[in-house]
Amino acid sequence: MTREEAKALADRALSFSKADQTRVNITSEWNGNTRFADASITTSGGTTDVTVEVTATIGRRRASASTNALEDASLRRTVELAAQLARLSPEDPEIMPELGQQSYAVVNAYIEDTANLTPAARAGAVRRTIDAAGGGKIFVAGFLNAHVIDVAVATTNGLFAYHRTTDANLAATARTPDGTGSGWASAGSRDWGRIDPATIGRVAARKAESSRDPQAIDPGLYTAVLEPQAVNDLVPLMYLALNARSADEGRSALSKPGGGSKLGERVADERVTLYSDPADPDLLGMPFDVEGFPLKRTTWIEKGILRNLSYTRFWAQKQNAQPTGTTIYSGAANVLGGGLKMIGGTKTTEELIAGCARGVLVTHFFYIRSLEPRTLLYTGLTRDGAFLIENGKIGRPLKNFRWNESPLLMLNRLEEIGRPEPVAAGRHMPALRIRDFNFTSLSDAV
Amino acid sequence: MPTRRDFIRSTAATAAALAAGSRLQSAGAAQTLTAPTADPLVLELANEALNAARSAGASYADVRIGRYRRQTIATRERQVSSVRDDESYGLGVRTIVNGSWGFAATSTMTRGGAQSAARDAVALSRAARTVQRHPVELAPTAPVTGVWMTPVRHDPIDIALEEKVALLLATNEAALKVGKVRFVSSGLELLREVKTLVTSEGTNVTQTLIRVGPRFSATAIASGDFQTYEQELAPRGQGWEYVESLDMPSNAERWASIAAEKLTAKSVVAGPYDLILDPTNLWLTIHESIGHPTELDRAIGQEANYAGTSFVAPPEKQIGKLRYGPAFMNVQADRTQEGSLSRVAWDDEGVPADQWLIVEKGIFRDYQTTREQARLIQNLTGVRRSHGCSFAESWNAVQFQRMPNISLLPGERDLTLDDIVSATDRGIFIKNRGSWSIDHQRFNFQFSGQAFYEVRNGKIAGMLRDVAYQSNTPVFWNSLDMIGGKSSYWLGGAFNDGKGEPSQINSVSHGCPPSRFRNVTILNTGRNA
Repeated sequence: MTREEAKALADRALSFSKADQTRVNITSEWNGNTRFADASITTSGGTTDVTVEVTATIGRRRASASTNALEDASLRRTVELAAQLARLSPEDPEIMPELGQQSYAVVNAYIEDTANLTPAARAGAVRRTIDAAGGGKIFVAGFLNAHVIDVAVATTNGLFAYHRTTDANLAATARTPDGTGSGWASAGSRDWGRIDPATIGRVAARKAESSRDPQAIDPGLYTAVLEPQAVNDLVPLMYLALNARSADEGRSALSKPGGGSKLGERVADERVTLYSDPADPDLLGMPFDVEGFPLKRTTWIEKGILRNLSYTRFWAQKQNAQPTGTTIYSGAANVLGGGLKMIGGTKTTEELIAGCARGVLVTHFFYIRSLEPRTLLYTGLTRDGAFLIENGKIGRPLKNFRWNESPLLMLNRLEEIGRPEPVAAGRHMPALRIRDFNFTSLSDAV
Repeated sequence: MPTRRDFIRSTAATAAALAAGSRLQSAGAAQTLTAPTADPLVLELANEALNAARSAGASYADVRIGRYRRQTIATRERQVSSVRDDESYGLGVRTIVNGSWGFAATSTMTRGGAQSAARDAVALSRAARTVQRHPVELAPTAPVTGVWMTPVRHDPIDIALEEKVALLLATNEAALKVGKVRFVSSGLELLREVKTLVTSEGTNVTQTLIRVGPRFSATAIASGDFQTYEQELAPRGQGWEYVESLDMPSNAERWASIAAEKLTAKSVVAGPYDLILDPTNLWLTIHESIGHPTELDRAIGQEANYAGTSFVAPPEKQIGKLRYGPAFMNVQADRTQEGSLSRVAWDDEGVPADQWLIVEKGIFRDYQTTREQARLIQNLTGVRRSHGCSFAESWNAVQFQRMPNISLLPGERDLTLDDIVSATDRGIFIKNRGSWSIDHQRFNFQFSGQAFYEVRNGKIAGMLRDVAYQSNTPVFWNSLDMIGGKSSYWLGGAFNDGKGEPSQINSVSHGCPPSRFRNVTILNTGRNA
């Protein structure tokens, strides 16, 4: 959906509104995906959908309704339903007015190669992945997804914002025929051209072969080298703790005992800097949130110091802070719209391994769940390749571990931080070497 | 309650019996609503897509047209944080060409849109054919026609918003009476799914599925500390009358007081204990450690890149051989169970809802299957039909194998929770779901809860906190030594079980009685753990 088409649709919906203020959020999506297992495509799909969400405000009352039927009668019904729900809702003491026109960072995140990835081209990429993994001698399962999303926000206060973005992802899991080895590799980008299927297949198969017949070592505290994908499984979990309101209200790991948040305090090793920035060429994130509020560069942690928390417009006004944007109307703040990047080092994963006397190399993690919000403690498991590092070299494969660890506290036990690597569209993460990573029990899973 | 058969009628008979648009068969709240028939436009578009798929070369095609209405209300303390009403309507076509699947979906609900989606699906089938080892073969199923609706007295979407908001705010108000309870949240997620399936084999069914999901949590704050308690309000495939039956406003103060009580509870001493799990906790352990490992697609590797594989594999080494647990352990899959989330009349391939044993007398007997999967194990199980486990979260998602309701059947003796506690010298009793995590082959798991109690000499001896239990699935289920009876059985469930790529959600219920497991590892997850 082009900017002009989105504007026309938004204007049509807004023209039906009789509420005091109205916002329209349009989402137009195309998904092309191909899934495979055992050297065969198992499912593949192509879907298109356009959703119009209408948020009506009457006095201090607000509610939303959405539809994907775009003819006048349906749009009118949805606009009226939103207004009717708003009238029935209690007054919201925290309501903020809809925004007027804003200016946004220019982010060119639409890549033709991704948008034009046909079923035949996807099947070809799957074939290259399987061939590079060993041409069917090793079991390979995976998924290729290409995605185009156009979003628009318009309000009766004069705001119109439009953004078009693409993303693509290819991941593969290779398993050895004897069932004792498993490897995984994944790549994601706005640009399909930056993803090499053969590399994904080759790396997954190599990890599967080298992880055969894993051996048990006692659970306990080990130095861990986390590959960038493993870091991407953990570090974004911090967004929950970065919520300013939770921190200020004493129910977050970034709350200070006795009241207030830890803003301005050291919360991580001084080599750690974490930021969101939609305009960063490595991230190409969304330049605005669902309210049309501009997303800008926000540094959450700078050289280990907590510099920013995530503020809704209401909470920012109450606390005399700058809003950072929200993603949903309910007011929950989220840091992820503008992408996420961790910087602070220049070394490769291999160099982090070379500098490790004894430790555990982790490919990625699985089934991560919160255990204790006071410390941001999570549990999860290693998956698809854990290896013992001895004297700077990758040694024997290890059985998978369950771990109980805090992505926040572990950043205070940093031995080394690598250079940021692309891990997914809108995400750049480094490898990390963490001291005393808490591996708590063994898993028989391969 | 009426049986499933009462609600399955032929399309012709239903059309004759019902006035168009009639929702209540007769006046009076004791009556359940009557299943609506398909919109004529829906049938026209479905047939258009079916014909286009056939013309383009499909040997098999099915068309699902769905209209989903979802309402969510969230409140915190004395205010409503969001009210949403979402409607989604569209068409999905699945095709087989030369033994390969294709799927395409569109929200353009015109004849041209339906034809175009069908042609796209066929093009996807042809592309998939280039990377295919074995052609897809479907287990036979007799064509069916009919309509069905979840038996409800009151469609939750049609209940006035004021009533729903008032219920939640009264709930929060009651909870805020508890000292130290500063934050309360409650909410409702309500769904009406109207789905028509038409296949090239002659199936033509329309189902209206209703689901309700209430929630409640309270957070108590003390100096430098906070504790949250979430009540286990099982989502169900039932009407508004179920939400009313929970009487949230009258119970909220009691629920909130548990959050405050947790602030002063004793931190658990880690080590092995006998574990008594309330059904409000055990249902999720069943879901993770029995439900997922017995999905056939996981066992044959089709989920290897995402949800994972299974320790219950390969099928030829497990069916009739694997000892899952003690001889009194029976686990049943059931898509006909009253009030359950995955209850249907037919699955998303038009296969009639089924009921079968996954574990019988402690031995693993059978997997969860779709039409494509059934033939893979028919020589091992003797079952030629699909068990009817095909489901898609929406019109824009392809149907695939999803979990039916899977439940631990009660024991022969009608033991109660009190009987189990009385028989336990040193143990821990856990209620409600807490944190949950399990590995990708479903061996190593670690689960927590919301309320934990020490059991000493046959009695509850006080509250604990910071508790999680960690075990290995076969070891855990073989340590089961006491099980409650019929009167202690309770049906829990989840609205949002994720699987597949692109990821889809499924709603599924799990019933069980309270049960005891011997010598289970208990961890302390507290701040200093």
